[in-house]
Amino acid sequence: MKVLSIAFNTFRENLRDKLLYNLLIFALLMIGSSLILMRLTLGEFHRLILDIGLGSINFFGVLIAIFIGIGLVSKEIEKKTIYTIVSKPVARFQFLLGKYLGLSLTLFINTTIMTAGLLAVLYFQDVPVHGVLFKALGMIMLEFMVITAVALLFSTFSSATLSAIFTLAIYVIGHLTPDLKAFGQKMEGLGRTTLEGMYYVLPNLERFNLKGHVTHQLDVPTSDLLMIASYGMAYTIFLLMLASIIFQRRDFR
Amino acid sequence: MDRADLPIVQVENLRKVFRVGFWGRCVTAVDGVSLEVQRGEVFGFLGPNGAGKTTTIKMLMGLIYPSAGTATLFGRVIGDQAAKTKVGFLPESPYFYDYLTSREFLRFYGHLFGLLGGMLEKRIDELLELVGMTHARDLQLRKFSKGMLQRVGIAQALINDPELVILDEPMSGLDPIGRKEVRDLILRLKESGKTVMFSSHILHDAELLCDRVAMIMKGRLVASGHVSELIAGDTTQEVEMVIDRLRPEALERIRPLTSKVVLKGERVMAMLTSQQDVDHALDVIRSAKAKLVALTPHKASLEDLFIRKAKGAQSVVEARVA
Repeated sequence: MKVLSIAFNTFRENLRDKLLYNLLIFALLMIGSSLILMRLTLGEFHRLILDIGLGSINFFGVLIAIFIGIGLVSKEIEKKTIYTIVSKPVARFQFLLGKYLGLSLTLFINTTIMTAGLLAVLYFQDVPVHGVLFKALGMIMLEFMVITAVALLFSTFSSATLSAIFTLAIYVIGHLTPDLKAFGQKMEGLGRTTLEGMYYVLPNLERFNLKGHVTHQLDVPTSDLLMIASYGMAYTIFLLMLASIIFQRRDFR
Repeated sequence: MDRADLPIVQVENLRKVFRVGFWGRCVTAVDGVSLEVQRGEVFGFLGPNGAGKTTTIKMLMGLIYPSAGTATLFGRVIGDQAAKTKVGFLPESPYFYDYLTSREFLRFYGHLFGLLGGMLEKRIDELLELVGMTHARDLQLRKFSKGMLQRVGIAQALINDPELVILDEPMSGLDPIGRKEVRDLILRLKESGKTVMFSSHILHDAELLCDRVAMIMKGRLVASGHVSELIAGDTTQEVEMVIDRLRPEALERIRPLTSKVVLKGERVMAMLTSQQDVDHALDVIRSAKAKLVALTPHKASLEDLFIRKAKGAQSVVEARVA
């Protein structure tokens, strides 16, 4: 109940954030722009629309997750609104969880709107829609949830600007972890241990990327989806627990 | 646990050391504060800005952790969720979610106490009425003045009908009318059986409202007790003497007895601090055939005590530095 109240309040807060609308409009414009770009290419129209569409949903969703996510907690501390929450019978982890679920709800609704935009473009261009598209969208949403948890974790102990930089870095590295492993295998000793360690500790965000499957109309077996989903959930829960531990020890000055 | 004879707030040797700056220099904000707040009283927590009032209150509310010492609310250690349900808290210069309207704002806080539905709506209406904000119930908080924010802040602190209300600087930034309203509200809370603890650097308000006070300076408690006792126990009550036609040699005999002498033409104004000195001075005046125009005892106030303690604290610090 308390967690849900905080979640809905966060959702309401997000809805009044201009950044959200700016990013959403840009995302819809990007999805729509595939119609223009299509005229510049020869063949492969369908692939282009799907590629740009899914890419836009992913990119702008990540931007929302990062730039609203970093403010979730740090803004409450900066604006001192947290004083009135923590002094109520609300455990600190309930506050964190509420903030997290609030932004997740915002992201879910955003993704739904962007998906509607993409489906409209696909419909008007007579592009057939396969089930794998929705599987890919589900995985994109899962990636948002991991990124939001990363942003939330950083925002429990550092400023908004630093959190943004850290989270962006994790996002970029997260998509390159297979390269980290490959690099590591070419090295010896400490370098190898470090890179392999990073490979296992950092989120492997490339796992959530099913765009290739969509454009090539390759289905993903349910067992694979379940594996990826469990990985995403476990990673998110781990990050939220870590954030709770740090947040629990903090003084609000 | 929650016995009626136990103090509602009990603080023992509370200490907070902050680490500041890049090198983590230690700064002691609160240094061994002990105090008790009894059921049903209005307790004033007084001190100049930066004395450690807010830090102490934040420790009580579980916002920061003490470096040493203990504190309990309703006999439970601070941070206990069950104790928090019986407490209402207004932070210093409160900041709230400014995109909410008064009603939405109070509803949100009601939900945090598990209050729901018709009961909650009724409570919100009562509170808006109590703090005189019914006219602004559907207005967003970002359009509020500071006084209005303070009022919804107080309403927020009372949403759970708390037994203990802790207000951090509830009068700061308010105009005289606003201050009077907050004073009336505190008295009304006391009448309805609540315990109120508030911090302030405005001593006049504390003198009018409080049963007991504690004074804190530079993180240390310098005085505590009933207001009347504190003032009465303050033996250095001053007497102002106004004398006309006092000859210079007589003035020189009086001067050692006084704490301060002001000359205005023929007239001499002298401040004396003990009854013995006053008697002695009167003898001199009579024998010198001077005219006593006025003899006014200055009623000691918390303010005097406060200023003296502040000077004391300053000299202690200087001595420590030296």
